[in-house]
Amino acid sequence: MRVELLWWEGCSSFPETIAEVREALSEEGVDPDGLELREVETDEEAARERFPGSPTIRIDGEDVLPPAEDEPYALTCRVYRLRDGRFSPTPDPADVRAAIRRAKEKQ
Amino acid sequence: MTLAVGQEAADFTLPDTYGRGHSLPKGRPAVVVFTCNHCPYALAWHDRIVDVARDYEDVSFFAINPNDAERYPADSAEAMRERVERDGGWPLPYLRDESQEVARAYGARTTPHVFVVDAERTVRYAGAPDADYRDPGQNAAWLRAALDAVLAGEDPERAETEPVGCSVKWRQ
Repeated sequence: MRVELLWWEGCSSFPETIAEVREALSEEGVDPDGLELREVETDEEAARERFPGSPTIRIDGEDVLPPAEDEPYALTCRVYRLRDGRFSPTPDPADVRAAIRRAKEKQ
Repeated sequence: MTLAVGQEAADFTLPDTYGRGHSLPKGRPAVVVFTCNHCPYALAWHDRIVDVARDYEDVSFFAINPNDAERYPADSAEAMRERVERDGGWPLPYLRDESQEVARAYGARTTPHVFVVDAERTVRYAGAPDADYRDPGQNAAWLRAALDAVLAGEDPERAETEPVGCSVKWRQ
């Protein structure tokens, strides 16, 4: 399983996202040290990486919470909704765990 | 550099989502919040700030969006108007700082970045609305405490805090 976390330094949420993804991986029995961290630094990189904002978490190439199809690629902070409806700069850890489980089932 | 507590707040006249101009009042406390549409921190704190605006009738409130709308179209004047209309109106005007001069005058660093200004236009609080964007129960406690102090003619116990949010998107 390939787990990537793409981040941009203009959004301060990446340290807590790294911790939450590593914790989710551990809880689901996946080596947290395998998490790949990739910084996106320019608009050109954002377009090339199809980066809708920071943080973006992909498992085997699939976004754990796919953005809308018309979401632009940009250096920006991504807006997530927690399961209780609140806005958040980081995804709900339950959604990350669910994505990990789905990826495991495909293996 | 961010306006420090004790410094004079910069005056402004900016258009709201209907094109009406709004200025910093004289003789009345005010809250100036730099905010925007696209930032998750600003969105997470938005309802708490709106609640404060509803609760403090003797204070003028202004939400100011200074972000570069060319690179961040979600922060355009049109998108701002659509958001206010979608919400059924806000209890505070949502102002567009197209030139970014007001944001520069205040030294706004993030969205949100909150400034409390007293009736003499002196900055009395600058920083975050409260300690945790994730916890609605915080209820913008730092902002409320600063307002309570200013309205009582006292110095806020916590006058400056670290603003938390997305960086202001300056034109390049």
